Amino acid sequence: MKKLIAMLLALVMVLGLAACGGSNTETEAPTTTAAPAETTEAAAEATTETPAASGRVYYLNFKPEFDVALQELAATYTANTGVEVKVVTAASGTYSDTLTAEMAKSEAPTVFNIGNMSGLNDWNDYALDLSDTALAGELTTNDFNLYNEAGELKAMGYCYESVGIIVNTALLEQAGHSLDEITNFETLKAVADDIHARSAELGFDAFSASGLDSSSSWRFSGHLANMPLYYEFRDDGVTEQPAAITGAYLDNFRSIWDLYITDTAADPKTLSTSTSDESKAQFTEGQAVFYQNGTWEYAGLIEAGMSADDLAMIPIYCGVEGEENAGLCSGTENCWAVNSQVSEEDQKATLDFLYWMVTDPEASAVMVEQLGAVPFKAAPASSNVFIVDGAEMQSEGKYTVTWAFNHTPNVDSWRATVVTALTAYSADPTDAKWADVVTAFVDGWAYEYSVVNG
Amino acid sequence: MAKRKQGINLVQRPIRKYAPVFILPTFLAFLIGFVWPFIQGIYLSFCNFNTPKDAEWVGLSNYAKVFKDAGFAHAFWNTAAFAVVSIILINVLAFFIAYALTQKMRGANIFRTVFFMPNLIGGVVLGYIWSMIFDGILKNYGTYLTANGTYGFWGLVILVAWQQIGYMMIIYIAGLQALSEDMLEAARMDGANGRQTLFQVIIPNVMPSITTCTFLTLTNSFKMFDQNMALTGGLPSIMQDGAKINVTELLALNIYSTYNINKNWHGVAQAKAVIFFILVAVLAIAQQAATRRKEVEQ
Repeated sequence: MKKLIAMLLALVMVLGLAACGGSNTETEAPTTTAAPAETTEAAAEATTETPAASGRVYYLNFKPEFDVALQELAATYTANTGVEVKVVTAASGTYSDTLTAEMAKSEAPTVFNIGNMSGLNDWNDYALDLSDTALAGELTTNDFNLYNEAGELKAMGYCYESVGIIVNTALLEQAGHSLDEITNFETLKAVADDIHARSAELGFDAFSASGLDSSSSWRFSGHLANMPLYYEFRDDGVTEQPAAITGAYLDNFRSIWDLYITDTAADPKTLSTSTSDESKAQFTEGQAVFYQNGTWEYAGLIEAGMSADDLAMIPIYCGVEGEENAGLCSGTENCWAVNSQVSEEDQKATLDFLYWMVTDPEASAVMVEQLGAVPFKAAPASSNVFIVDGAEMQSEGKYTVTWAFNHTPNVDSWRATVVTALTAYSADPTDAKWADVVTAFVDGWAYEYSVVNG
Repeated sequence: MAKRKQGINLVQRPIRKYAPVFILPTFLAFLIGFVWPFIQGIYLSFCNFNTPKDAEWVGLSNYAKVFKDAGFAHAFWNTAAFAVVSIILINVLAFFIAYALTQKMRGANIFRTVFFMPNLIGGVVLGYIWSMIFDGILKNYGTYLTANGTYGFWGLVILVAWQQIGYMMIIYIAGLQALSEDMLEAARMDGANGRQTLFQVIIPNVMPSITTCTFLTLTNSFKMFDQNMALTGGLPSIMQDGAKINVTELLALNIYSTYNINKNWHGVAQAKAVIFFILVAVLAIAQQAATRRKEVEQ
């Protein structure tokens, strides 16, 4: 019996050996000829594929909330034209990692997002000059585009957002005030102080919590900090990333921040852990009249049961001369860049797709619905009252406070330092702690600039 | 007998001969997934690059930048301090819990399970949960976790101790259970007291477990990333002598944030990662050598 098993095993081994040997010789022998064989195969594949669909579109999407609608637009476009459109959305907060990884692949994204000037510096070599495209001809404004040093249009702002102080007008009236009263910092402070003083009687307070948890701190280290940056850059005529800033308007920043953390029900000592959800809930539940945020909040507020009639957005006032004429703070981190390193066919297919997105009536309606304010000629009017408010201010000739913070060097790191100092100041609002905020702001800028350009 | 031996040879010889064929798929995966990226990583540490495709050789300049970076030096000392504290704390506590749970007591198995459980939770989740716990406690004292570096440092130590003690405990329990009853009895007969038994009989004999556990805690402390990122994210972040310091940042997180500055820093982050690798490797080998020497033949 054992002998039999041994023989069987031996047989299996011999067969296995033969099989292995066979495959070995088969694979080993043609190594010298394998390479050319493969390339001809690939070439054959390529030639048969080309006529089927000329060019491919690979859209690496930056806005997670736009993903579903974008996938549908892509499917519609493919159904209409036969051009393959692949949409991939990077998980929130991972865009630059995803982009770097995808760009290294052979089937790289053909259209991707560039958020600001430092993004453009990183990806300038990969971005096609869009100046003379049909797409650029559809723009209503060049305010949101990114240009490189040579003045080439490298990234096109395809939607923009505005930030201001969102007001619950129903509560404001209940407190015996109206929007017309608020025209500058003094009047805003007078109204807020009055509401805060009577908060026990009214059942609500002036400002919702100005949380400095990471989910909420960008509202202040980014958008509120934009106020001193914008005015400083306006005065100094800054148009490119400056190596250093003076912090000339930081006292104004302190005024508005003091107002935010004083005229509120939130304990300033707990701001480090106060989230954006908390702040938003205080506003939607009618516990606060004012809530600093952007146009993108509109859908969420309506969803939370607020009525469009009770909502308005006013500019952020911080006590700067002439701010009665200020409009909303508008800008974008959403700019299309077309990959210049893919084949011309792919570039053309991509430009055609984007052109279709902004000109096709249905597609541009989807853009407006999903993205809010869209700077293209064919875009229909928005139903978002904040965008309407902003447009009204523009038509009244008020100046737009542009997003000066797009110049921030090493933005996340700079903001982290500002948030650290701002949190410490809020818990203990002394001049010494404010000096740390100023250091974080001014010295931090110079430091980050040297890091980025070092 | 001779026949049988022959039979084994007949089976074993081809297996030996064809072992490479069986190892090949895994080996290829190892080459593709580990060795090649590792070599490429070393190469990239000498390059300026945005994507690996457009790497451009710059020699040692990335390494020069690393040594000028105050944040990296700070992260290094921070990591070293963290490693020392957590290695001692985790191993001492894990050993004594293991010692207690190998004594005859009721519910020892339940305790072992409970102590082991934190290890099953992922680092990021733990980081967020503990940041809520710490902030919840500190709130009562009018302060918060990222108010200064001390809270963040000890917070991380507590978190990691809580997470890893159970795991190390299991290894120590296995070591303690392997001790022969005879030896302990002999010690008793010779009149050794509890203290002498512990330090002169038990500890020398569980040295292999100590080697393993110190190795694991050492490398874990140096590689600490998710917990660090989720608990404090390196905050507070302050300006100090004209340079910026993320007070609670450890090495791995420092490398990660360096990479994300911009494309000029990709190569520097890569250089930091290479230095980091050498550091961890050297420390781990030195530690192995040091503790191995103390192991006794059973």
